[in-house]
Parts: sequence; C-alpha cells; structure tokens
Amino acid sequence: MKNESSLLLDAWGALKQNKAALFSFATMVTMVFLVIFGPMLSPFMVDQTDWYQLSAKPSFASGHIFGTDDLGRDLFVRVMYGGRISLMVGLVATLVSVIIGVSYGAVSGYIGGKVDAIMMRAVDVLYAMPFLFFVILLMVFFGRSILLIFIAIGAVNWLDIARIVRGQTLNLKGKEFVDAARAGGVSTTKIVFRHIVPNLLGLVVVYVALTVPQVILVESFLSFLGLGVQEPMTSWGALVNQGAKQMETSPWMLVFPGLFLATTLFCFNFIGDGLRDALDPKDRTRQND
Amino acid sequence: MTNLLITQNLCVDFTSRGEKIQAVKNLSFFLEHNQVLGIVGESGSGKSQTVLSIMGLLESNGKATGSVVFDNKEILGLDNKELNKIRGKKIGMVFQDPMSSLNPYISIGAQMSGVLFNHTSLSKTETKEACIEMLDAVKIPNPQQRFDSYSFELSGGMRQRVMIASALLTKPKLLIADEPTTALDVTVQEQILDLILEMKERFSMSVILITHDLGVVARSCEKVLVLKDGLEQETGELNQIFYNPRAAYTRELLSKSKEIGEDAKPREIKRNKVNSVTTKIKNLTVCFPVPKQTFFSKQNYLVAVDDVSLDVYEGEILGVVGESGSGKSTLAKNILRLVQPTKGKIELFGETLSLLDKKQMKKTRKKMQVVFQDPFSSLNPRMTVFETLSEPLNSFYPGMNRDSVEKDVQAAILEVGLGVEFLGRYPHELSGGQCQRVAIARALMPRPQLLICDEAVSALDASIRAEIIELLLGIKQKRKLTMIFIAHDLAVVKKICDRVIVMKKGKVVESGDTKDVFYSPKEAYTKKLLESVPVPDPDLEHEKYNKRRLARQAKNL
Repeated sequence: MKNESSLLLDAWGALKQNKAALFSFATMVTMVFLVIFGPMLSPFMVDQTDWYQLSAKPSFASGHIFGTDDLGRDLFVRVMYGGRISLMVGLVATLVSVIIGVSYGAVSGYIGGKVDAIMMRAVDVLYAMPFLFFVILLMVFFGRSILLIFIAIGAVNWLDIARIVRGQTLNLKGKEFVDAARAGGVSTTKIVFRHIVPNLLGLVVVYVALTVPQVILVESFLSFLGLGVQEPMTSWGALVNQGAKQMETSPWMLVFPGLFLATTLFCFNFIGDGLRDALDPKDRTRQND
Repeated sequence: MTNLLITQNLCVDFTSRGEKIQAVKNLSFFLEHNQVLGIVGESGSGKSQTVLSIMGLLESNGKATGSVVFDNKEILGLDNKELNKIRGKKIGMVFQDPMSSLNPYISIGAQMSGVLFNHTSLSKTETKEACIEMLDAVKIPNPQQRFDSYSFELSGGMRQRVMIASALLTKPKLLIADEPTTALDVTVQEQILDLILEMKERFSMSVILITHDLGVVARSCEKVLVLKDGLEQETGELNQIFYNPRAAYTRELLSKSKEIGEDAKPREIKRNKVNSVTTKIKNLTVCFPVPKQTFFSKQNYLVAVDDVSLDVYEGEILGVVGESGSGKSTLAKNILRLVQPTKGKIELFGETLSLLDKKQMKKTRKKMQVVFQDPFSSLNPRMTVFETLSEPLNSFYPGMNRDSVEKDVQAAILEVGLGVEFLGRYPHELSGGQCQRVAIARALMPRPQLLICDEAVSALDASIRAEIIELLLGIKQKRKLTMIFIAHDLAVVKKICDRVIVMKKGKVVESGDTKDVFYSPKEAYTKKLLESVPVPDPDLEHEKYNKRRLARQAKNL
C-alpha cells in the first residue's frame, strides 16, 4: 500500500507527463550548464580584444563562433557571461521576492485585524517609493555592486506578490478546512504553511513565470541607465542593447543574445504553466499505483 | 387539450477527457398546458441536464439528441438566434442559487429591464412600469424603491422573488424552476412555492419544478417524473406516485423520506438524572462589528447570539434548529472557541474556556471536535486523506511515532466505512458522502467526548444523508459521545435528537425534549417552523395549502 504521496512528489510525477514543460526544463538545465562551463571551452577571455577581428562575422575558422563585437571581444564568451548575470538575477531575485512576498501576504491575510492593517500599510509606504530613486539612493550609499541589483529588484517585486497572496488568503481563510484545522489544535504557523500556502501555489507559480522574464528585463533597463552591471561585465539585457544599436552593420550582435533571452522567457512560461497544472491535484489523472 | 411540451427519446451525452458519459438516457415525457410537473431525483440523476438541454444551455462538451417539441415547434438543435426568441420569452427559468444568478453590479431594475428590452419593443417608461408591476405581483414590498436596489441588499427569499418576477416578465408559457427553494429556509420555501403556484394560476402557464425533496413535490406538483441515473423510473399523477408507487426506486425514495419525515418517532429518552453536564453556557452574547459607513461614524454591532444559556448533558444529542441567521453556527463556533464571545461564559467539562491559556486550551480542544456542512470545502484540496487524518494526531500527540499514526488512521478510515485504499486520494476524487465520512473520521481522530455537527448532513442527498446519520448514531453509541446537532432540517433533528433548542435571531425561543417540542410546541414561532416543513403526503399538503390560502384571503379582506 502506498499512501505517502507528498504534494511535491505527486507534482513531479504529473510534470513528467507534460512534454512541453519537461522539454523546457531540460533546456533550462542545459542553458545553466552552458553559461557556467561554456566560457572554459573557448580560448578567449570576456574582456580580451582580438585586434584582427573587430566586428567579425561568426566563423568557425577564427574560433569566434558567435562573431565579435565592435571592440573585438568574443561574443560567445560574452553571451555566456551575460547569461550568468541574467539568470542569477532572474532566479535569485524572483525566489527571494516570492519567499518574502508569500510569507508576508499569507501571514498578514490570515492573522487579519490590526496586524494586517499595519503590515499592509507598510507595503503601501514601500510602494510609494519611486523605483529609480530607490536604486540610485542604494548606489550612492553602498557603491555599485551586483548584490545591490538583487536587493533593489527583490525589494520592489515582493510587494506585488504580498498583495495578491493576501487577497487570496482572505478568501481561503473562510473555508471550513481552516476552521477544522483550528479545532484540531493546529498552530497558526502550521495552518499558514500547510493549509494556506499550498492552496496558493497555483497562483504564485503563474506569477513567478511572469516575474522571472520581467526581472531579467528590469536588470537590462538598469544596465542601460548605467546603474546595473558595468563593462567589462555584461548581461543579456546589456548585450541586446548594444546589439540593437549596431543591428544594421553586425546583426549577429543582436541575434545571439536575443535568441538566448527569448528561449529563456519561453521556457519559463512553459514551466510555469506545467507547474501550475502539476501542483493542482484536480488537474491530474491518477496513475495506477 | 394539446400538450405544451413533448419530449421524445431525449439523450444527453457529455464527452470529458475522451470518456463519454450519458447523463440522460432515452427520456420521453409530455407536459400539458397549465400543469405542474415535478422532476425528482438525487444529484447526478440528470434532472437538471434534462431541462438545460431543453433550453439549449448545455455545457460545450454536452450534446443532446432526440426530439423536444415546444408549442408545436421542434426546439432541439435550433441555433442560438432562434433559441433566444424562445428562451426568456416563452420559457422562463429560475435557478437554485439566487445569489449567483443575479448580477451584483447591476441594479435589479436594470436586470429586469434587460429581459424586456431583448424581447419586446416597449419604451423605457413602459418597461419600468411593467417591471414594477411584476415586482408588485411577486409581493415585493415597495417595488418602486426596490427597482433601483442591488441584489446584495435583499434577503435570499426576496432575491428568489426577483428571479421569478424577471422570469415572468414576458408572460412565458412555461416556467422552469431548478431547485428554486433548496437554498432557502423552510418558512421562506413555503412562501416561494405558494408564490409559484399563485403565479401559475394568474398567468396560466405550465411549470416544471425540479427538486430532490419529495415534500416539495407533494406540496406543489400535479404530475411527477422520477429519474435515477438519467433513466426514467416512473411517471404518474401526484397521488398515484405517493400512494401507489409502481417503481421500486420510487418506493425506496418515499420510504427514505418518510423515515426521517412525519412518521419518524422521536427517540425515547433514557436520560439519568445523574448525567453530568458537559457543556454549560451562561448568558452568551456575541457581537460582530458592522463595517462603518464613514470613518467617523459610530461603530455598529450585529448581535449574532443574544444572551443564550444552555446545558448539554453527557451522552445526549442536543438539536439546535433555526433559520439561517439565527446564530446557531456562531454558537457552535463559540463552543469550539473559533470565535470569541463578547459577553458571558462557556464551561466545558468543568473548565471555563475564557480562563484557559494556550496550552490548556489545546488540551480542551482534544475533547471537542466538529463536522462542517460543506463536504468539499471542509477538506484541504491539496492534502491526501491520509495527511488530513494524521494532522490532528500530529498536533495533539506530537511524540507519536509513524507506525502508530498509520495504524490509527487506518482504523479511523475503516470505522467510517471506507477502505484503506482511500488514504492516498485527494478530496476531489471522492464523492460528497465520502468526503463527509473523511471529515467525520478526522473529527474522531483525537478521541473527543463532544462532537459538534454543524449542518453536517444538509448538503447531502436523501439516501446518503440517511447513511451518514446512521454512521453518526453508530459512532455515538460506540464511543459514548455527546453530540450537538445543528440543522435547519427539522425532520432529521426530530429523528435523532434527545433534546432540541429552537433559535431565532440569536435568542433561544424554545427548548425541551424532542417529543415535547415537536408534538406540543408552546411558542408560535416553533409552530410556524414545524408547519412549514413540506411532508411527502399530497393530501396533507393540500389541506395545509388551502388553509394558508384562506388565511391570506381573510387577511386581504
């Protein structure tokens, strides 16, 4: 007899059935490996100028398989390095904001009353802060660093999630299974994290799938303003930006980073869709076990 | 006399995930002019799908075949444009839930005018006049003002009246009412059913009334169609069905509804004088703050429970009855300490709840458990049955090892009549009755002494309801439980409770032994409540109906 099926295990089983999500997942894993180990395969450094190959077309003969930029730096290596930053910002900033946002929103909504009022007013105050002003302030105080980008993006993004989650929690709070759990002596913390949060997952997962691409784009926007990553380091957003400027003379500078960025966004959307269906017990058909 | 509606070999199929489900199988029936047809069956019998297919309102994965002739015209398979000329104009429809069938963002008047606007070419003022006239006809007080109010400003009964009014606006030849009174209290149900009959006479139309309650059928129908699993079991005149049923299923339905209906004998009370009091409630008052109109306006309170005192003796079943809004659920939540009382005190097993700290409270919680009404929302949809059942054990006995938890959970699921194979399932894979069994098992996990059933059987079909009641009674006997049984269904209370308290607007109106309260009620309110319960006996119902009509006429004179 097998009745110890946990939510996550069941979800993984269901996710395996979803071809598009599985393929996207595999693609993302490959991409992560590629951006970590890819630069080692190339003889070029990220900030090394090849004086004989300025704005060179992609070619296997020269070793610049994605070509070079106008400063003669190898585009393949740069896309890989950019991927590290972009993926890290996308995943870490989103994860942090989701964890904070879900916990904050669920606790606020579940406890309610004065606590809720105070917690949500705090969110309102943070909302009122202009994003750019906030980022510039951070830069002025702490100097420029990649960590600050995480903090800045995370600090703004969790507010949305907290609000959405709080609304949904208010709805769930009235359900009888929550009352039954309270009558069953389950502690408030456990009710929030065992009964409320799992029922929010569908909503949160969809939101995350939308947030990751958004965060990657915000980072490129910050880089464009000179507040994000700085030369010689780079990110996909920054690369696309540069590429767009030289689209007419060297289109490969736009095509390659753009391709990687687009693939990532697609993959996250498919994974998000798949996860939402997989996490909802109603949407999966039972396998004979 | 020609027939208004003739249905022949009607089949309704649904395709879901590649599976074909037959909801209605080869159904043929007819309806005369000015006749009331009752379609009876339990949930899943296809009674709603039958009328939805007639109206062309099936879900997109459903398909209806056969023939439906309405007013000498084949209407099955007509396109939407043609159907819309009939729907709303010649056939009016009233649904079960008046809350969700009225749009809360549009005023009642605007919604009703919409119907006339689509089907007639009346001017704006004429439309308004027609609407107000109709609101007046369904006996809504101050129809002029009500025209501009919104659905949430009305009570459930009022909303259903508005629904009926808007269905009647175009003077249809047929009114289809799908469980029109299921969501309403008995006293309101009585009024609405009388209203439907009165409207039928006044506008001389036919009515199809869908219900699971044989009492409602006995009260209002002339002809009855009994359905089970999409198959016709029996069709006949009202008296024949009730006094001389032919189909075995009809007899089964009748005996089940009589079992908990008029014929049920109240239980003899074997209470010893020495039985101790398990729960003592003294002057309990609960108020909820009403949202303020403006920031500076005075805080108003809604009194949900008003100065209630009562004792619950060990080993008895105490019934709490009352209409919705009478505060009976709030009372239960107070005993469970899910809501804090405003005034008064509750003593449980000799301990005053308000004086207990968190740790002591948890100990006391172990002794009292609850079963809620809605079987689907009382289980967490993301937890398997095993997780749901093991949760109270983990919270009350944190040191318990896995093996004994598993053993206890298995024992519990067997006790409520389900197999161990259910443990790995999720709530959506269970039927309503099975969900309710799981909810009962969960309540029994910490071995409580007091079990509170808050409308625990109200949402279930008659046959499943009987099973669940048997189960509860069996468990009560075996475990020597004390039970507080909250219900608006008087028949069930009469059958199983030792003592009854009747609540109205937060106050206890009457209390006493079941026999006394049911056979010699002292208070007028209790009498009215008892009287309005429909019983599956047409003669008795007609007698009551005539009495009510005479009373109304006398009042009007």
